[in-house]
Amino acid sequence: MKRLKSIGAFWYDFVVGDDWRVAAVVVTAVALTLLLVHAAGVNAWWLLPVCVFGALGWSLHRATAGSKP
Amino acid sequence: MNSLPLILTVFVACAVEATEALTIVLASGLTREWRSTFQGMAVALVVLAVVVAAVGPALTLVPLAGLRLVVGALLAIFGVQWLRKAILRATGHKSLHDEASAYLREVAAAKAATVTSRRGVNDWYAFTLSFKGVFLEGLEVVFIVITFGDNQRNLGAAVIGAAAAVIAITVTGIAVRAPLARVPENAMKFAVGIMLTSFGLFWGAEGAGVSWPGNDASLLGLVPVVALVSLSYTLMLRQRWGTTTAAPVAQSPEESEGVAS
Repeated sequence: MKRLKSIGAFWYDFVVGDDWRVAAVVVTAVALTLLLVHAAGVNAWWLLPVCVFGALGWSLHRATAGSKP
Repeated sequence: MNSLPLILTVFVACAVEATEALTIVLASGLTREWRSTFQGMAVALVVLAVVVAAVGPALTLVPLAGLRLVVGALLAIFGVQWLRKAILRATGHKSLHDEASAYLREVAAAKAATVTSRRGVNDWYAFTLSFKGVFLEGLEVVFIVITFGDNQRNLGAAVIGAAAAVIAITVTGIAVRAPLARVPENAMKFAVGIMLTSFGLFWGAEGAGVSWPGNDASLLGLVPVVALVSLSYTLMLRQRWGTTTAAPVAQSPEESEGVAS
């Protein structure tokens, strides 16, 4: 059980990394793009970059808020 | 698409990870025993090669759109995490990765451990230390080699980039017989983060069904945009906190201080 937990923790850290919110935003943005393209016929090539840049800024803001280097 | 960007991206990513693996291998070999260290390194390289040989060709059977959707999302997540770390390090919010101090920590731990023989290996500690170092650092490279190689349908070019980096770092390591503290790791991680994020955005959106303006040529615009946004965040954080750390792409190794996280 302990080994399973450590394997799970390793893969979580490997794929998701330090901030799970970034991963959540990327997955949501990809799903929304898929929906817009196939359900609404919108060529939403801009959506994923906008969401990723926003997620990076948000994550950096959270990581540095209130902490002086 | 030209295979040069693919080879260069894999080369730089692999060079970063190989530098970190070399530090662990040197600490193990110089303080413990070279034979067991090489055994651990060889087993790790064989396991990594088996993963590439098994998973790489198998993924070519997956339809390209589905592959690009999943791999693009994963690469974007991976790339943003690399960028996030590089920006935090460049602005002083995270310690720069310092191979010299990482080496000293590994040496201290290696000296303290007792020698035990197991399964035909003289020094099990040296074997496992070397195996873990090479395998764990190599896993990220394998991920990049497989995803880039399969998405471009050019696994050979990705393997060439990775192999060239491993050879270059190994030869340099043998020549200097010391951790490569002068390799500008953060600048390289910054560059790799930009490439991973750009390819991730491109493939992720394409896999979702969008048509990029200009098709493949849009990547030439996407890479500088990602670089510009990342550099802007770096400058904004520096201005906000008044830090004077050098720009991540021009950072000199002398500025590396603190311990790795």
